[in-house]
Amino acid sequence: MERTLDIKVNVREAQGDCYIVELSGEIDVYTSPKVKDAIGDLIDRGVYNLVIDLEKVRYIDSTGLGVLIGGLKRVREHGGSVNLVCTNPQIRKIFDITGLVKIFGIFESEDAAMKALV
Amino acid sequence: MTQPLPSTDDIDIVDLRIPCRAEWVALARLSVAAVASRLNFSIDEIEDIKLAVAEACTNAIQHAHGSPYIEIKCEAMPGALRLSVRDYGHGTRPEHIRSRDLTDERVGGLGVFLIRSLMDEVDYQVHPDQGTLLIMVKRLAN
Repeated sequence: MERTLDIKVNVREAQGDCYIVELSGEIDVYTSPKVKDAIGDLIDRGVYNLVIDLEKVRYIDSTGLGVLIGGLKRVREHGGSVNLVCTNPQIRKIFDITGLVKIFGIFESEDAAMKALV
Repeated sequence: MTQPLPSTDDIDIVDLRIPCRAEWVALARLSVAAVASRLNFSIDEIEDIKLAVAEACTNAIQHAHGSPYIEIKCEAMPGALRLSVRDYGHGTRPEHIRSRDLTDERVGGLGVFLIRSLMDEVDYQVHPDQGTLLIMVKRLAN
C-alpha cells in the first residue's frame, strides 16, 4: 500500500546563480528520496549555491538530515554552499544536538540566507 | 542514574505491529505520540519521543534485512513511557551500533545519536540472526 507523500518541493531561481528549494511537510525515510532527487537534479545542472527553506517543514529525521549533508558535500566539491532557513525551535533543536549548526549556515529568512551565499 | 519503574499493575500496554517498510513509519510515530500525549508529556517531549521511535523504525528498515515487520510496544506508566522496538532481521552486530562522531560530516550514525540524545534510557539487545530489540525510556520532567 502506498502512502501519499507528505512532502512538497518548490524550486525557484533567485538572484545570481542561487536557487531556493522550499520544502513543505515531513521529511522522513519515506519522503526524503524526493528531496534528495530535487537537490541532486539542481547540482547535476550545475547549481552549486542553494538556499533550502525549511520554514514549512513540520518534521525532519536523520534521513532528511542525511540528504542535506549529502547535498552540502556535493556542492562544496564545486566551491558552492548550502544555507538553511529555519526558525522552528523543534527542528532547530535537531540541528543543535547533532552539531550540524556548525556545518550549515542557518538563517531566519530567505533574504538573509541568500545574502550570506552571494 | 536509572530509576526503578513501577510494577506491572500500573502499566498500560499498547502494542503496534507495522510492515518493515518506509511508508509505515509515520503511522508508528503518530501512534506513539498519541500514547505519549496521554501521559502529560510536553509538546517538546512528545516531539522527542516521535523522533526517537521513528529513528528506531528507520534503523530496522535500513539494517534488519529480512524482517517482515516491526513490533512497537508502548508501556505507559506513572511518570514514564517505555518503548520497545523489535525487528526480526539478521541483526546488526552490537559493535556496529554506535553514535556518530559529531566532527565527522558523514551521514551514518545520526539516528542512533538522536535516540541516545532524546531519550533518558536506551538499551540495545542484539541477537544475531534473530533481530534487534531496542528499549527506550522517557521520563516526565516533573
